[in-house]
Order: sequence, then C-alpha cells, then structure tokens
Amino acid sequence: MTHAYTPGLRIAERTKLTSQRILPLLGDVIVKKGDVLKAEDVVARAHLPGKVHAINAVNRLGIQPKEIREYMLKKEGEPVRKDEIIAETKPWIKMLKSVLLAPITGTIETISTVTGQVLLREPPKPIQVLAYIDGTVTEVMEKEGVVMETTATFIQGIFGVGGEIAGELAIAVDKPDDVLTDDHIKPAYKDKIIVGGAFIQHNVIDKAKKVGVKGIIVGGFDDEDLKKLLGYDLGVAITGSEEIGITLILTEGFGQIPMAYKTFELLKSRAGAKASMNGATQIRAGVVRPEIVIPYETNKLSGKETDKPVDRGMEIGDFVRIIRVPYFGKIGKIKELPFPPQKIETEAMVRILEVEFPDGSTAIVPRANVEMIKA
Amino acid sequence: MEVIIATDCGSTTTKAILIEKKGGEYRQTFRGESPTTVEAPFEDVTRGVLNAFAEVEELSGRKILDGEKIITPSRGNTGVDVYVSTSSAGGGLQMMVAGAVKTMTAESAQRTALGAGAIVMDVIASNDQRLPHEKIDRIRHLRPDMILLSGGTDGGTVTHVVELAEYIAAANPKPRLGMTFQLPIIYAGNKEARGKIKEILSQKTALDITDNIRPTLERENLFPARQEIQKLFLEHVMAQAPGYKKLMSWTGAPIMPTPGAVGLIMQTIAKKNNINVVGVDIGGATTDVFSVYGEIFNRTVSANLGMSYSISNVLAEAGLENILRWVPFDIDESDLRNRIKNKMIRPTTIPQTLKELKIEQAISREALRVSFEQHKSLAVGLKGVQRERDISEAFKQEIEGETLVDMLKLDLLVGSGGVLSHAPRRSQAMLMMMDAFQPEGITRIAVDSIFMMPHLGVLSTVNEQAATEVFEKDCLIHLGTCVSLVKGSIGKPKEKCISYKITMPDGKKTEESLPFGELRVLPLGIDQVAEIEVLPAKNFDTGAGRGKPITKKVFGGVVGLVIDTRGKPIALAKDKAMRVEQLQQWAKAVDAYPVSVHL
Repeated sequence: MTHAYTPGLRIAERTKLTSQRILPLLGDVIVKKGDVLKAEDVVARAHLPGKVHAINAVNRLGIQPKEIREYMLKKEGEPVRKDEIIAETKPWIKMLKSVLLAPITGTIETISTVTGQVLLREPPKPIQVLAYIDGTVTEVMEKEGVVMETTATFIQGIFGVGGEIAGELAIAVDKPDDVLTDDHIKPAYKDKIIVGGAFIQHNVIDKAKKVGVKGIIVGGFDDEDLKKLLGYDLGVAITGSEEIGITLILTEGFGQIPMAYKTFELLKSRAGAKASMNGATQIRAGVVRPEIVIPYETNKLSGKETDKPVDRGMEIGDFVRIIRVPYFGKIGKIKELPFPPQKIETEAMVRILEVEFPDGSTAIVPRANVEMIKA
Repeated sequence: MEVIIATDCGSTTTKAILIEKKGGEYRQTFRGESPTTVEAPFEDVTRGVLNAFAEVEELSGRKILDGEKIITPSRGNTGVDVYVSTSSAGGGLQMMVAGAVKTMTAESAQRTALGAGAIVMDVIASNDQRLPHEKIDRIRHLRPDMILLSGGTDGGTVTHVVELAEYIAAANPKPRLGMTFQLPIIYAGNKEARGKIKEILSQKTALDITDNIRPTLERENLFPARQEIQKLFLEHVMAQAPGYKKLMSWTGAPIMPTPGAVGLIMQTIAKKNNINVVGVDIGGATTDVFSVYGEIFNRTVSANLGMSYSISNVLAEAGLENILRWVPFDIDESDLRNRIKNKMIRPTTIPQTLKELKIEQAISREALRVSFEQHKSLAVGLKGVQRERDISEAFKQEIEGETLVDMLKLDLLVGSGGVLSHAPRRSQAMLMMMDAFQPEGITRIAVDSIFMMPHLGVLSTVNEQAATEVFEKDCLIHLGTCVSLVKGSIGKPKEKCISYKITMPDGKKTEESLPFGELRVLPLGIDQVAEIEVLPAKNFDTGAGRGKPITKKVFGGVVGLVIDTRGKPIALAKDKAMRVEQLQQWAKAVDAYPVSVHL
C-alpha cells in the first residue's frame, strides 16, 4: 500500500551535499578530483555552436539554384568576414554585376543547389560552468562536468525566480513575521543575500536591486508583484533562467505568510556565512525546488548527515505544516490518523488527520494538505 | 481470454485495473495504484507497475505475480491471460513537426502527431514568419523525442521541404533522452524529395521515410505516419526510458502513448454506436480534447492547461476576468491570484472548504473552455484518412477555417480527469461541462468513473469486445441529457423561452415551460429513456430553427434531464452582484452545492 503523505521541504542544519555541475554539451573539465574550490571558480568550459544565418543567394544574384556553385567565391567550411564578398555574377557589363556579402563573420556551412540557400555559421560561443558552492571536487565526468561536495546547512524553498548566486548571508528583520520594508534595505547589503520575514513588496525588491543585493529569502510574496517583477504573468512554474538582476526565494508561498520559525532561526544562526542560492523551480514530475546552501568553512568536519529527509508515512505525534487554507501556514502535532476516508466540508470523501495546534485547539485536515516537518 | 490486467503509467501515478469475465460479460473488478517510478531513486518503471499489481492482488485475492513474473494464463484465482499498458511517464511523447505551408502540410503534420498521442512542442513552416536563424535556434533548443517532417504534394515542389531539412541539419538537434543517440526523424512529404532528404539528413539523424501525409492537395493520409510515430515511440523513446525494455517484454500488445489509447477507445465507441463524441481529459498539467464526427477523428492537447501544475497558466491564458465570472461569491482579485499560485506550487493539495472547491471549479470551466477553443480551431479543413474532396471545396475550407466540431450534431460529451470525475456531487461535473462546452440542442453528458479510458483503448487492440463492454458498464457514468438553446439565442431574463412536453418511461406526461435565463432539472434515472417535445418561442432555437419544435428521445443519468435556457453564449450579468446571484441560482437549480453558512 502506498503512503498518503507529502514529504516536507528539506531543512537541514548540517548535511553532506553533492551538486552535479554539468555542461550543456561536451567540453573540457578544467579541475581535478580533490580540488577545493570556491563557488565562483570555473569547473568546465565548452563552445556552443554558433548561430546559423541563411541567405537566399539565388534571389540576390538572379541565378538558378543548380548554378550557385559557379558563382560562389567561398567553399563550404571556409571562413568569411562580415561584408566580405562570398559570391558574385560575372556579366559582360560590369555595372550589372551583383554581389553577395557575408552578413556575419564565421564560416560557410552549406551551399544548397536545391534551394539556392547559403547557410553561414557564427563562431562558437564559449560557455563556462562554475562550482556554485564552496566545496571539494569528488568526481570528474570526462568532458561533461564534475560533482562538488560540501558540508552545509541546506534549506529548500517552495518557489523561486532567478538563477545561481553566492554571497554573504545577512538577516534584515528581527522576527519571522516581520514584513521586509524599504527601511530594512541598507547600503551595507551590497552583494549579500538578505533574509526577510513574512512578506516583501515589489518596490522593496527594486530598492534592494539598486543597492546591489544579490538575493532575497522571504516567507511570502504577492502574485501581482511577481508579475511586475517578471514583466509577465508566470504560467508554468519552470523558473531559474529569468534575467531580473536578483534571485528571490519564497519559503512558504504566495501572500503574507510568516517564515517558519525553524527556517528563520537556522538562517539567523548562519548569518555572516557565505551562502549559495538558486531560485530554479520546476513543478512537474521530477520536481525541482529552489535551494539555499550555506557551506561550513572547513570541509575537514565529518560529512555525516545530521538531518535526513522524512522517508516514512505519518505517525501520531509527528509535526506537520498545513499547506492550504483555511489553516494555511499553521504548524501542529498529529493527534489522530483515522484510517477510513471522511467527509469534509466540500462533501469529498478523503483521508484526513486531526492536528493539534500549540494553543491546544484542534482541526481536521485532509492528509493531502499537510507536509511533514521536524519538531 | 478471461482475466486481463492493464496499467497506465502516468507521470505521477501508475494505475492498474483488473478485468474479469463474469457471467458471460467482461467487468472491471479491482483497481490499484502506486507512484510511478521512472525517476530517481528507482529509475525503473516496472517497480511502480509491480506495486500497483500488488495492490490489486491484495484487494482481489488473485495471485498475479510469481516473484516479479506475471503468471499466465489464468487458472481459477491465479494469474491473468494478458497484460496491456499505456504510458505517458516522463512527459509522454514530445514532438516537433515541420511542413512547407503553415495552414496546409504543417497543419496536417500537427494533426498527425496529435492523433498519435504526442504533445506538439512547435510547428515549423516555411512561411511561419520566423527568420531562418530563429527556426534553426528553435529546432536546436527544443530537444524533442522526434521530428515529423512533411511538405509538398507528391510530384509538387521540392524546394521548401528540402529547405526545412537543411535547417534541421544545421540545427543538428539532439533527442531529449539518451544524449548519445541520433534523433529520430520521420519524413512524410513529397516522395520526389526523398533522395535529397536522405542526402541531407541520413548521416546526422535516425531518418525514417513513410508515405506522404498530403499526397495531393485535397487528400490527407495520416495513418501511415501515425503508425510510424507509434513504432518509433516504442523503439526509440520508450527504449531509452528506464525499465521500459523490461515492461515491453511483459505486455501482450505494444505499449501505447496514453492519449493515443484514449483516442482509440473514443473512435471505437463512436463507430459502434454510430454517434458523434467529444471527450475531454483534464489533468494536472495538460488537457486533451478528442472529437469523433462520423469518420473524422481529431485530438488536441493543451500542454499547459491543467488543474494543478498548470493552473497558473489557465489564469495567464484565460485572464482573471474570465475566471472571476464563474466564481459565485465576491472575492478580492489579489487573493484569487495568490490562491491560484499556491495551488501551483503545492499541486497535490485539495480544496478543504466549499469556497476553495468553487474557485477550483470556476478555474476548470476556463481551462476546459480554452482547451476546447484550441481544439475547434485545429479541427478544421481537410480531415481524416483518405478523405476525398474536390479542389474548390478544399480551398473554401481553408479560407473559412470552419470547425468540424458542430455542437448541434454532438451526441455524447464525455469528461474525464480529477476535477470532473471526482467532483463531490455529479451535478457539479454536469454544470462545469455545460458552462465550459456550451452544448447546443440535445446532448448526453457522462464522466469517466476512474479514468480507465487509456486502459480500454489499448485493450481494444487485443480484445475489442472486452474493451467496449467495460466501457459501457463500468467506465462511463451517465450524468444525463441537457436540452439547450442554439448559438445566437439571446433573450431577456424571464422572457418566454421554451415549453416542453415529456413522456416518461411509465407513460406519465409532464407539460411545463421555462423562461429565458434559467436551469431546471427533471429526474430521469440512469437506465431510463423519455421522449421530449420542445417548443421554443419565436425568437429562440433549440435545433430545428427559431420557433420550430423538436421531438427526441432523451436518456437519463445520475443527475437527470437538464433544461437550460441561459442563452448561447450563456448570458452572464455584467454587474458583479447580479452575476453572483445568477450563479447561485443556477447552482441551486441543479443542487450543485450544500447550503453553507460560509456564503
């Protein structure tokens, strides 16, 4: 029988982490196994094939496709410079001569005697992959990339935008239910990752960007403001490649929701440390959540994992966070786990649990609407 | 064949059903499900299949497995006679199609791929307004499972299709799965260009050549290319997916892409009963729409319209206003936006309050409406296999772009997917479908009880009798029949609209009238058939023309017979308070929701 539970987002004070750093296509790995690297170090390089440009040569020269090779001054594979003549007609009267100029600097890819097209390719574009986290290279995959390993504090968010960044962690608010406002954004936060409380608005993000803040971690954010930040309504939750000048991670969800106490305290305990974060989120089968990695300075410490993800079904006494209204964001302890499905307000028959809140009150919640967390 | 087990390996859940022959007829008896195990840490689809089998074993008491081996044939309470499966795990079959002219061969190519069960990631055409380098960039970045290249009628132009082949070669695309393999490309265009296409693509890709999908301007021939797609799906795509080689060795029929199988059962049923059918499967990430009108089958997939993973895209595509118009209470726009995004980021949660349920059902109406609009816009022009028409007609169709989905000729509308199949009250599903599809005239409405259409589709390839018997007895839950006004029928609230006479199965007659803008439900049980004579007022039409009566047999269901005079399109009040009142009245008329203190 399968378990009906939602594993919570991972929050670990100290855990061994690995990160695969892979090129999008085969290239060169420039580090070796055992190297100790900083997040900003390059681990691998490759060359993306250049962009292809097509020119309809026969129309430009007024010739037939099958004759094209007779008029070409350059052959397939030969390099060309921008505005260099690559083909020309040879009329009796020179004034009637037509020429074909290279629209780019690159190489001749193909000359087609069927379509009369000439395809040119721009020079390859170099790309590089960074280490992303401070750590050690534990595996090298030839021509593909490396595996980095570190011992770190690890926190998964629920949603993020913006890509990989690294910077010093700074706590900008006093309490997890504080709203991160304009006044909290100080010039000293330049190049840092700042931690807010329950909420941030778009104008505050704008100010943070002006100051030079690299990343923000906060409990909640309004969808209306997300639209302003991205410039469009986000339809499908596949993020990470936006170029918005900052990385934002929400730990709880949309709306004003205090950051979970444990998450806030953990971040606070690591203030001043160097952190890496990535807003990339993919909510599909094979879910990817945004992450915050705060490596411990020395890797000589044992890589022993002190926090493990919950990998069992729910039991009475376990702590859960409710992840849907009407009790959204509340944390409590499981009091009852009745087996048979029960009718809820919507009249749907679903598996439920009874949860007890710290003030002693209780509520019935569908099992699908909670995630397990550690006490 | 006495005992059949079938699975559908979805992207999140693997669903197994057991079908047994009892008392001379096939019935679906037990079901089990388990998380799909295509991804890490398992990376073997058969783990999930075995777990789903184990649940069926536990519930039915039938021993199906001997270790990890399926016991065949069946003897008493042990074993099964055949195992069949469909799959959409790992994102299903993702294709890119290319054709010479956007509205002709490229559109035929799109229909070919969709009908075979694929998601079409992009349609490249010579005249699609993109510059060559933009096309090449797009081809390179998409990483589809395969490409269908078509273009030119046989003996017609070679240039355009060769040009497309050149772009593909320049892009040198890689398949999504298996970095080291060559990308499968099916060429189904002008046969005169085959030599050139081979020259350009055979070195760089796994090229496969089949019959032209558009041999002449006025004829489509989609079947051979569809067969080829499904063959390559098994040989290339499935063979790369974790555990599928083993799974393929277990099944008694080739594994089909899930939507391809659903399309097959729809066609089988439409043909058997000689009816026109529209079906919809609204999932978490995608919504599939199928239509069968006579011999013509069409399928579309709205890849990013769904109720969980893609719920936010419904908002982006339909717009907030369109969702809000179906919410039967006042709600702050910002609050609604945040609720939608919170469902997107936690897609497995369910509505706990009635308000939340109503919001999800409002969103579903728009997801269904937009998907159906997309379907209607593709189900146009030349359709189907080997359909002959004269040249003038072909041009006329292309110019007018008239949809083949005629709501007045629709006999049966089938809904599937959690929001419809698992709606707490069946009347909610009926109302959602009536609002989203806006049927005209007299239409039967049903839901798929536990989403077994994929299983039955693939089963129909080995045992059509078993598939159709189970479809009719266990798969469909008939909600009833709705009698609606025809498109363009607009009136004023309370205006005299229709009167009707119903002769019930026991001979009892009822004579009533219903003014404009209302809904009424008349009880008519699941196996009952009544006769209705509808007389619309002179400004209204129920299918026979303005003011003209119609008499028809109507079938009952768990909801009953619904008379709908709300106009076509449904006339919603512009004023928010009045609209909310309207929605509440309609919901009350079909007894959609419990009376709640929350509203």
